[in-house]
Amino acid sequence: MERKITIEPVTRVEGHGKVTIHINNEGNVSQSRLHIVEFRGFERFVQGRPYWEAPVLVQRLCGICPVSHHLAAAKALDVIVGAGTGDGLTPTGEKMRRLMHYGQIFQSHALHFFHLVSPDLLFGVDGDPAIRNIIGVAKKHPDLAVQGVMMRKFGQEIIKATAGKKIHGTGAIPGGINKHLTQEEKDSFINGADPLNIEKMISWGQDAVNFLKSYHKENKEFIDGFAAFPSSHLSLVRKDGAMDLYHGVLRAVDAEGKKILHDVDYQDYLEYINEEVKDWSYMKFPFLIEYGKKDGWYRVGPLARMNTCEFIPSPLAQKEFEEFKAYTNGKPNNMSMHMHWARLIELLHSAEMMKELLNDPDLMSGELVTKGEKKNEGVGLLEAPRGTLFHHYRINEHDQIEMANLIVSTTNNNEPMNLAVNYAAKQFMNGQEKITEGMMNAVEVAIRAYDPCLSCATHAIGQMPLEVVLVDAKNQIIDRKRK
Amino acid sequence: MLKYKILIYGYGNPGRQDDGLGNAFVEKLEKWVNSEKLDKIEFDSNYQLNIEDAEAIADKDLVVFVDASTEDIKDFILTPVNADTNVTFTTHAASPGYIVGLCKDLYNKIPATYLLHIKGYEWAFKEGLSDKAIANLELSITHIKTKLTDPGQLINQFQDY
Repeated sequence: MERKITIEPVTRVEGHGKVTIHINNEGNVSQSRLHIVEFRGFERFVQGRPYWEAPVLVQRLCGICPVSHHLAAAKALDVIVGAGTGDGLTPTGEKMRRLMHYGQIFQSHALHFFHLVSPDLLFGVDGDPAIRNIIGVAKKHPDLAVQGVMMRKFGQEIIKATAGKKIHGTGAIPGGINKHLTQEEKDSFINGADPLNIEKMISWGQDAVNFLKSYHKENKEFIDGFAAFPSSHLSLVRKDGAMDLYHGVLRAVDAEGKKILHDVDYQDYLEYINEEVKDWSYMKFPFLIEYGKKDGWYRVGPLARMNTCEFIPSPLAQKEFEEFKAYTNGKPNNMSMHMHWARLIELLHSAEMMKELLNDPDLMSGELVTKGEKKNEGVGLLEAPRGTLFHHYRINEHDQIEMANLIVSTTNNNEPMNLAVNYAAKQFMNGQEKITEGMMNAVEVAIRAYDPCLSCATHAIGQMPLEVVLVDAKNQIIDRKRK
Repeated sequence: MLKYKILIYGYGNPGRQDDGLGNAFVEKLEKWVNSEKLDKIEFDSNYQLNIEDAEAIADKDLVVFVDASTEDIKDFILTPVNADTNVTFTTHAASPGYIVGLCKDLYNKIPATYLLHIKGYEWAFKEGLSDKAIANLELSITHIKTKLTDPGQLINQFQDY
């Protein structure tokens, strides 16, 4: 009998998602889709607001990655106030923002790996769901769970020191930053009581990479083969080809490593990227115009960044990068589960960059803001934890925002996430008479590798259960399960 | 001087109207605590609870989480929080029970923990509480001020619970 399986909401990702899997009469997966129930009205909401409010307003989008939106909006407004296109800020302005950004990447990657992904690795994709969660990790591997907690806390404290406060931070303003780092703040991060100091964070970052590599050695088939598929990859890179998570030019490579977007200025992104609308999803599907809707899709995020950049400008992460690249003989890595390996190398890189910045005297003195000739339009991009984030604003003669366009990281990964779901569903469900919880989780594991943020921002007390609904060809519900 | 270590922790997104009730509660109560010179009461506020909060509550005798509620309650309600052992974790909505459970497993501590639910009504993309939410906020603050005059009672009640 033909069946449709619905997984809603997807657990351990940010926000709400629903997966439908159609199984044909032969018992094989015929189609699967990830539907995103995402609010798409934000661009209209900021219209009419004074442009300088945008870096604070956009934090209403999401309680998970407000810093990324805060900084991307500020970068777009730098252009509008004449502070250049990402490289015109004062040293203090740029370095304080970078410190904020690396704090965000560090805490986000730590949270994702230790608390969302590690249960799948430690207990198995089809492990007992009663213990396959962070409470299970805390009981069996308390050292790992504590590391995750403290790394997240360290990153949050960096954000607080640079953005000014935890909620609706105001640190980044058009043309720069509104505060210096104080001596007390600097000392607390460099010489803080164990474990809350930067040396420990670097050490734990290295441990995390080693943990993943060790797991990989023992589980090659799963890590290399699970939901692996060829794709193009897109990210910012520094002009010399280095990884740069805060600023750079846009580069894309195909599955074989050939450059297909040649280090272009992101102010012109509309010349290269468009978004397709599909009637079954609220989320658009971005693609490279030159290659069309069918072939122009790409991946963003940690794996893409490893594939586009030529080196990482910090020594420990560079060493890990070389090992990562050697695994695929220098070719792009298209293995979805290697996203976790890449993410942890970035976590280590972020810790190293924070150390470098914390020791930089520019953070404690110097001009905070620069301005120049005003413009009426600006684009701000950065590499958010989950991938390339686009903010684009145009203002009118009254300094009000009249147009806003946002392409968030998860939207950039829309097509690859759908493909990953399809690969995982086929891999685990084809020919199976009974669909188990472990098979369902395998699909979620594929999605989780992309660390999607489907934020709904408003929360309320209540549960967020996983609901599985089986529907036959006539759309009649034949089974329903919740966990 | 209080003999107990207390944390009052409000969470929500003040950019989403009444979702900011927890944050507003903390802001108002902290002013009162400072004026009364009640030491040992700490305050924190964030968009949502997250894993590091397990560490933050580990050394406390009493914790009160404060959140906006869409539940069918009259104005506010204060309920004890048990360690949640059956967790379906999403970082966009870590529950107080989840935080207590994590604290128990990571630090072997279970502070007396309560959740103050304050009823909200409006959730649009703008700042500022609705009038009805403000009224509920005032009522809940009056209630908690009374409780804080004898926090030992709340702690004992939790142990009985």
